[in-house]
Amino acid sequence: MARRSSPEVNAGSMADIAFLLLIFFLVTTTIEKDKGIARQLPPKQDEQIDPPDIKNKNIFIVLVNKNDQLLVEDEPMEIGNLREAAIAFLDNGGAPQGSPEFCSYCQGDRDPASSDNPNKAIISVKSDRLTSYDMYIGVQNELVAAYNFLRNRESQRLYGWKYTEVKSALADGSYKGNEELAEERLKEIQDLYPLKLSEAEPKKTE
Amino acid sequence: MSKFKKKKGNEIPAVNTASLPDIVFMLLFFFMVVTVLRENDLLVQNDLPKADQLEKLEKDRAVYIYAGKPSQRYQDKYGTEGKIQIGDKFTDVKSIGFALTEARETLRPDLQDKVMVALKVDEDTNTGIVTDIKEELRELNLLRIIYITAPGNPVSSLN
Repeated sequence: MARRSSPEVNAGSMADIAFLLLIFFLVTTTIEKDKGIARQLPPKQDEQIDPPDIKNKNIFIVLVNKNDQLLVEDEPMEIGNLREAAIAFLDNGGAPQGSPEFCSYCQGDRDPASSDNPNKAIISVKSDRLTSYDMYIGVQNELVAAYNFLRNRESQRLYGWKYTEVKSALADGSYKGNEELAEERLKEIQDLYPLKLSEAEPKKTE
Repeated sequence: MSKFKKKKGNEIPAVNTASLPDIVFMLLFFFMVVTVLRENDLLVQNDLPKADQLEKLEKDRAVYIYAGKPSQRYQDKYGTEGKIQIGDKFTDVKSIGFALTEARETLRPDLQDKVMVALKVDEDTNTGIVTDIKEELRELNLLRIIYITAPGNPVSSLN
């Protein structure tokens, strides 16, 4: 007996089924975009060490109160002006020419009443426990922006590229060229403007 | 003669769709591969604050801490105070250490000591809760943290 060939399955609806699945995955996909502001916390200190002596002029104090208002160096300020104020402070280079602390690459006002050099300049942020997180991140962002601005300027001057661009390219692995050299140069730029952000423990409000 | 001319109308032949399923399947597989189903069911509100000085997070070495007010549907049960979530349950500040060690063990062994703590905190939360978390992290010697934010300009959104 000749076997009858089985009829072919109609595959016309295959595309519909595949589309259905496709749309399901399209909708459920969340391509995660996790980016943020990275920070290194200070290590825990066991015994109480006396804080090192820091000249008042080398500290830039930013206070944020529970109503999200800013007090920068005893002056109220809008957050929009914080970046410029921080840049002016960090880049001041107030130490006189000839002294070992003289900052040769600073382009600031060289005001003797402000920071000596970027290496000594410390930004201190104090926030209240009731400060909104939104504001807190805003302040952190502006301060990091001030550092990035100065680092970009120096890397542009010394090597002709932007610090932030090369850094993110290195992190992606998309950097073309000598990675070790770039890594080394990033470090150099970082040392020109070291990130010195101090965070005091927020005071409690009754 | 007319036998040969029979079907020579001006009709355009239909487009062959036989390869359509293949194309769709290809797309399908692409999305299936890149899809990461959410690991953590969020119990807290999580609108991230905006910032523009961003660095990328290396996800293979990250453990997440969420914080914020409990979501709408959990508010009857947990109230509206800011809460901390690790994994898929609420944690209090004191037991962060335990929960984090647990989360950390799911990472690849060679990356476990390079671990980075990603803080996903809702923008309406108070800074106090973040400070508590940071104090606890210092205690645990997990010093590398990253505040996860949404891209945007903080200055224009705050004013």
